Amino acid sequence: MRDPHKAEEAVQETLLAALQARERFAGQASTRTWLIGILKHKVMDQFRREAREAPLDDPDALADDDIDTHACFAEDGHWHERLSDWGNPEKTLQTNQFWAVLQRCLDFLPARLARLFVLREVMEEETETICQELSITPTNLWTMLYRARMGLRQCLERSWVA
Amino acid sequence: MLTCKDASRLISERQERPLGIGELWALRLHLWLCVSCRRFARQLGLLRRVLRTLLRRMETDVDGPELAPEARERIRKVLAERNAGTF
Repeated sequence: MRDPHKAEEAVQETLLAALQARERFAGQASTRTWLIGILKHKVMDQFRREAREAPLDDPDALADDDIDTHACFAEDGHWHERLSDWGNPEKTLQTNQFWAVLQRCLDFLPARLARLFVLREVMEEETETICQELSITPTNLWTMLYRARMGLRQCLERSWVA
Repeated sequence: MLTCKDASRLISERQERPLGIGELWALRLHLWLCVSCRRFARQLGLLRRVLRTLLRRMETDVDGPELAPEARERIRKVLAERNAGTF
């Protein structure tokens, strides 16, 4: 969520929903886990509203959103440049510096792609749920996730690994 | 024979759906021959693993990003208004 007002609204709605439902919270999970669960739904609501205004399946929007995946490849379908070896940076990947770079790279992605990507990879929403809620086909979702991954990978390679 | 372009697409899609047996073998052969695609596959795997720790981090990380004080105040007000009586 890039717009700070919308983020604030989502937090507010989450706390409100939590207050209204606090009897139902039987302490089965930590409070944070419970709140994050509600927040996930609120974020999904927000995305759904935005998707209604600008349908994700709109071919024009899709074209607009295009991370130019073709530019990564030569005409014969091979990578233009050999990809770098990132090594095995699991540890450095957990540092705050990495999260800052990641945030910046997500900001470079077209907003729609970034949203879908975060929904799928950070919030671990199921493919079926995303497709249903945002009324897109799985094939379309896969294409958009592919573009998001290509864009993100390239950005990370440039600004973090290098 | 798969191109890197096809292979990269399959590498992304196998995170979303099980590949068919033909796709699987074609990809396996391609990965065996192609350094860049092997790296691409490792990078996507890494990205997924790391991103999936983010929620866990939010659940435990008390030093995470915080709301601006003004935002806190605004939210406090709204909560008080909309919950009048239950507080």
